[in-house]
Amino acid sequence: MLRIRIVEEELMRYYAEQEMRCPVHFCVGQEAVSVGVCQALAHDDSVMSSHRCHGHYLAKGGSLKGMVAELYGKSSGCASGRGGSMHLIDLSVNFLGATSIVAGTIPIAVGVGFSNKLKDEQSVSVVFFGDGATEEGLFYESLNFAELHNLPVLFVCEHNFYSVYSPISVRQPSSRDIYKVAASMGLDSIRIDGNDVEAVYLATQSALESVHSGNGPYLIEATTYRWVEHCGPNYDNHIGYRSEEEYLNWREKDPVATFEEKLLKDTCASKEFIGTARQQILKEIRDVVDYAKRLPFPDSSELAKGVYAS
Amino acid sequence: MQVSTDTSGKLRQITYADAIREAIDQVMHKDPSTYVMGLGATDPKGVFGTTIGLEGEYGPRRVFDMPVSENAMTGIAVGSCIKGMRPIMVHQRADFMLMAMDQIINNAAKWYYMYGGQKSVPLTIRAIVGRGWGQGPQHSQNFQAVFAQIPGLKVIAPTTPYGAKGLLTSSIEDNNPVIFIEHRWLYNQVSHVPQEYYTLPLGKANILRKGTDITVVASMEMALEAVHVAEKLEPNGVSIEVLDICSVKPLDEDAILGSIAKTHHLLIIDSSWVAFGVSSEIAAMVAEKGFDLLKAKIKRLGLPDVPTPTSPSLSKSYYTSEADICNAVCEILKTNLEATELGLSDFVNDVPDEYFKGPF
Repeated sequence: MLRIRIVEEELMRYYAEQEMRCPVHFCVGQEAVSVGVCQALAHDDSVMSSHRCHGHYLAKGGSLKGMVAELYGKSSGCASGRGGSMHLIDLSVNFLGATSIVAGTIPIAVGVGFSNKLKDEQSVSVVFFGDGATEEGLFYESLNFAELHNLPVLFVCEHNFYSVYSPISVRQPSSRDIYKVAASMGLDSIRIDGNDVEAVYLATQSALESVHSGNGPYLIEATTYRWVEHCGPNYDNHIGYRSEEEYLNWREKDPVATFEEKLLKDTCASKEFIGTARQQILKEIRDVVDYAKRLPFPDSSELAKGVYAS
Repeated sequence: MQVSTDTSGKLRQITYADAIREAIDQVMHKDPSTYVMGLGATDPKGVFGTTIGLEGEYGPRRVFDMPVSENAMTGIAVGSCIKGMRPIMVHQRADFMLMAMDQIINNAAKWYYMYGGQKSVPLTIRAIVGRGWGQGPQHSQNFQAVFAQIPGLKVIAPTTPYGAKGLLTSSIEDNNPVIFIEHRWLYNQVSHVPQEYYTLPLGKANILRKGTDITVVASMEMALEAVHVAEKLEPNGVSIEVLDICSVKPLDEDAILGSIAKTHHLLIIDSSWVAFGVSSEIAAMVAEKGFDLLKAKIKRLGLPDVPTPTSPSLSKSYYTSEADICNAVCEILKTNLEATELGLSDFVNDVPDEYFKGPF
């Protein structure tokens, strides 16, 4: 969690240099969902994500070098410079991809779960998406098919209350709970505090147990909050779509700081240990950025290569 | 190619619909990663007979009906592709595919490119185009140009049963998403189709009828109409070469230019709307690469910039008739022939032939 936080904060700092020439959706504030879920997964379980995918990718073990090189548009980026921040992929850790159309990967992940079932494989297909995705037809269509065929799929909704600047109140009736929508479609589902990494981890463990015991797909709704603007590295509470007070309330529930305090209180970790870890992560991301900046760009002669598979 | 004959030595003849069914059957037998899904894929009518019996042969895990969720089901097919499956999806009307344009264009078409070639999407989507008997505005649309404009897609449009089988096996074997357009009026066409498994190259046109005076480039039902017109005009001194493109994308530019190099005249008949259509692309390509080969202006026929009407009195002015083709050929060649005197109808049938009874 600390690594994702520091990587994101450093990338936010570097972003101002205008050398990462792609839209970047930072996940600062939402790290506990990524980490709580992915820590509970096995290597063979696969993960897919949406535009805000850095946390999910890193939590599943995706290569930091591959990610940063991709953000800088370099040929050795994890998608060879064809994708950018919203299209991270690392097949070596079964992070199968992320796309930038809201809800776009939900059916893809269901297709992965469908294939797992056809091939009698035991792995679970996990897909992260936001509250906005639950307003897309794809969400309902995908849950329906997953439930119909009892597929090994774990749906994880990161409910951060905003779709860009549009609050949930203008998008969904206030009486509706996302996890109950899933329940009404026959899925087992739960709502949890997405800023509590232990709660996320434990909920994921029981969800996986349920899926493995043949109960079919499961949905976790994890409430959380994005600290910075929808796209980009800046704080934007002043522009008027949400209040500073609301933001500060969520800052109080900082998933990283809260967990750090708990570790110290329970004497699971010392201040020195955490301080050293912080320094190591800072050095790691700065080294990776330096390295990525020096990497070659794809040659323009490669533009039309790889449109079709042979 | 081995030529199949029955015991009496006759060439084996089957319908377009049976050729499609046979292609799927043989591919499924050969490759266990293939599966079929579509609305009605396992119903008693089996998508106009093209999926009949497949569920019984390969089981409900590999041949199944689906929820009315075209978009998610396309995404699910893509997801299965990245896990090594090779899905064959079918839509009884191409119009329904509009529900799935997001997954076809945003995901299927670019999955290979957008991750730097790490996973391909060997997905075949059968798009059946309806016509006549009041199919109307939303049961008759051929989106060949829409799909062809998308990088990453291939678009195939077979005319003959022989082509349908060989191009479908190739489409399924191909490691890219292929939109396989079938015209409902061709389903009862019969031609020689070898029993054996075979493939035909995607992106190769086929000369349906040789000629020397004018090249008519067409596909599917319009290619057959062109052949009929060519047969009627031949005794009157007009020799038409009918080039069936077979594949909209990739387009066999060499075959088109090669035929024009011989005939120096070009008529293009579009199976869909002319404006911004496949015929526009062909005309532009010829103007850029073969302008000097032409001795007259290019002419195009096809659907007007109008939604398909339902009433038979309106649809007969909507579709291209044999007389329209004859008149266009004569106009290009500056010849005077009266279509109706040659037995070419200006009436566009509401149904393709006597065998065709409503309601479909």
